[in-house]
Amino acid sequence: MQARDLQTDGQGRLKHFLCIEGLPRTLLCAILDTAESFAGVSQRAVKKVPLLRGKTIANLFFEPSTRTRTTFELAAKRLSADVLNLDIQASSTSKGESLLDTLRTLEAMHCDMFVVRHGMSGAAHLIASHVADEVRVINAGDGRHEHPTQALLDCFTIRRATGAWAEGGSSSLVIAIVGDVLHSRVARSDIHAFNTLGVGELRVVGPRTLLPNAVETLGVHVFHDPEAGLRDADVIIMLRLQNERMQGALLPSALEYFKTYGLTPARLLRAKPDVIVMHPGPINRGVEIDSAVADGNHSLILEQVRYGIAVRMAVMSMAMGNIPGARRPRTLPND
Amino acid sequence: MRWHIRGGRVIDPARELDRVTDLYLAAGRVLSVDTPPPEFGNGCGNVREVDARGLLVCPGFVDLCARLREPGSEHKATILSETRAAARAGITTLCCPPDTLPIIDTPAVAELVHRRAEESGHAKVVCLGALTAGLAGRQLAEMFHLKAIGCVGVSNARSAIADTEVLRRAFEYAATAGLTVFLHAEDPWLGRGCLHEGPVATRLGLPGIPETAETVALSRDLLLIEQTGVRVHFCRLSSARAVALVRAARDAGLPITADVAAHQLHLTDIDVGYYDSLCHVRPPLRSLRDREGLREGVRAGVIGVICSDHQPHERDAKTAPFEATEPGISALETLLPLTLALVGDAVLTLPQAIAALSLRPARVLGIEAGSLAPGAPADVCLFDPQADWTLTEEALMSAGKNTPFLGWRLRGRVTHTFVSGRLVFEDATATR
Repeated sequence: MQARDLQTDGQGRLKHFLCIEGLPRTLLCAILDTAESFAGVSQRAVKKVPLLRGKTIANLFFEPSTRTRTTFELAAKRLSADVLNLDIQASSTSKGESLLDTLRTLEAMHCDMFVVRHGMSGAAHLIASHVADEVRVINAGDGRHEHPTQALLDCFTIRRATGAWAEGGSSSLVIAIVGDVLHSRVARSDIHAFNTLGVGELRVVGPRTLLPNAVETLGVHVFHDPEAGLRDADVIIMLRLQNERMQGALLPSALEYFKTYGLTPARLLRAKPDVIVMHPGPINRGVEIDSAVADGNHSLILEQVRYGIAVRMAVMSMAMGNIPGARRPRTLPND
Repeated sequence: MRWHIRGGRVIDPARELDRVTDLYLAAGRVLSVDTPPPEFGNGCGNVREVDARGLLVCPGFVDLCARLREPGSEHKATILSETRAAARAGITTLCCPPDTLPIIDTPAVAELVHRRAEESGHAKVVCLGALTAGLAGRQLAEMFHLKAIGCVGVSNARSAIADTEVLRRAFEYAATAGLTVFLHAEDPWLGRGCLHEGPVATRLGLPGIPETAETVALSRDLLLIEQTGVRVHFCRLSSARAVALVRAARDAGLPITADVAAHQLHLTDIDVGYYDSLCHVRPPLRSLRDREGLREGVRAGVIGVICSDHQPHERDAKTAPFEATEPGISALETLLPLTLALVGDAVLTLPQAIAALSLRPARVLGIEAGSLAPGAPADVCLFDPQADWTLTEEALMSAGKNTPFLGWRLRGRVTHTFVSGRLVFEDATATR
């Protein structure tokens, strides 16, 4: 079971969207371009396009999430799809059998697409390798592995703010990803996306306890000193620090973390004057980021949320074989 | 029934025998090699002959670790299904670890396993008793009772004993009872992940098991072995560093032996690909460097035994996100071909490979097996070392179809298996 085989069809078109790793640059750019064409839809009086009319999309969230689920739901509705939201408590499906049983039940109801979030790495791959051929799977975050739509919306945000990756070119951006890389699916997806699109330098910054073993093999420069890691950065991506990390032996306290690695106005001065600051949310003010920075004029955190809808519209419509402007008649699913 | 096995290449590592000759079996024992005993003379009835020309004839294999799933997990496999698969694989003795349900910490459970195996008749089954009651690592198991009922050693299986005082006393008591302790060196805290800690686990976002999960526990165990003088067999080494530690301790004279699972000599963490749960094993598949270190350990004799670490599973046990799947490979039927591949890779000679599967594990267990000397039990395996075959689910006799070697081209196929002079397996497709 290789991700590349699962993710694209014989013609290189998107089938399932499971991880950034292995996707070609042309496809990532095509998704970003498609998202660009959707970005205007949200500003219109009628915020809908009929691309997925008659399709049923199930949001399958085995892990609680507000913003990701909401933006997926909005994206699906703006594509005119019918949306089914299922919040499934992890406790009742800690066994994989019931995960697949849930899936088969929904398949029997003729769902066309599953948007899946699960606490275990590889869950989306597992589901994609077991669904019927015409069903599509979008990974909305699997364990510590990947969160590919988040990475694309990060790329989209950077592209809009800096003009990077225009006309198929690379970029000379210095990007620093700061914080809990060990547990972060966003970081892994971001790293693959930035390296595929091309950047000047990609850094991860954090204490050794929060960086995975051999992280440099993912194609990043490792910094433990935040002052050095942020120097001359064009883009800073702060990662959320989960509260439970303070209970193990990873960190002594939130206060010490904030003092050592938190993004404060003083620390921000190390970066380029026009640096942009991003965060996948939800943010912990006073833990990984100072409010003055989160709400300051370098911050694009709310833009990320907004662009998330357009990016997810692009991924969903492309996975269903629909690209805007090239509509084909599609048969309605059987009753 | 008497058997005349004619014209095979007979390899008996115990006597450094390796030549084309005849083997005679009678009354469940090896009668003689080379010269026909008088009662096999012409005209004497009731002698069956096997044409073994082109085949290898060797002692039946002794597998140091096979989970038969009975009692307790009969939905995965049974003693009947797995001893049948063993016969197909040329394995004549299986050693069952104590982590059955209920646990083999009382004579009754050991008796049950022995009785079921006798009823099945396809292979001999010996048991390891529990080292601590309920494998809980708190109170000693009744080792003298377990030994009296026939347990060939004691083990805490995959449950680590965290309390070093308990471990020390267990060593002392096992030494008193004259029992070998079978140990899995794994630190319970460092070993909480599900894949070797390294670039693959990092890429896949899976919690890693560092090499130190093995070496920290191993170092602790070695010091306690030195203190107590107990005989210990280390099960399933997985890292190059562990091989080096065992080698140094052995050179210093500690009474230790070690084994490796055959799959560890062929696969690495890279084979996990995108979450292939068939490669989810304990200890985990490690790096290429570790695989080479294990092979070097086998070549140098630091690791004397290659075992299957057979763990049959039902399909659902492997159909879940990687972390949630149950570890283990259904491995009886790949034990011989995976070991023979080491001969092809110049790690072992053919007699050494056969010793690693028969003589050496028999010596670790202290049982009468692993030899073709006259008078030895007639546990014999015949195989075609040149036969190429492809592993398919349909070809597996084990109830567990969970193996990452499906689709592999394998070389070496068992044609006949004898247990105590009874033909328990004959390959119907062998045209002889």
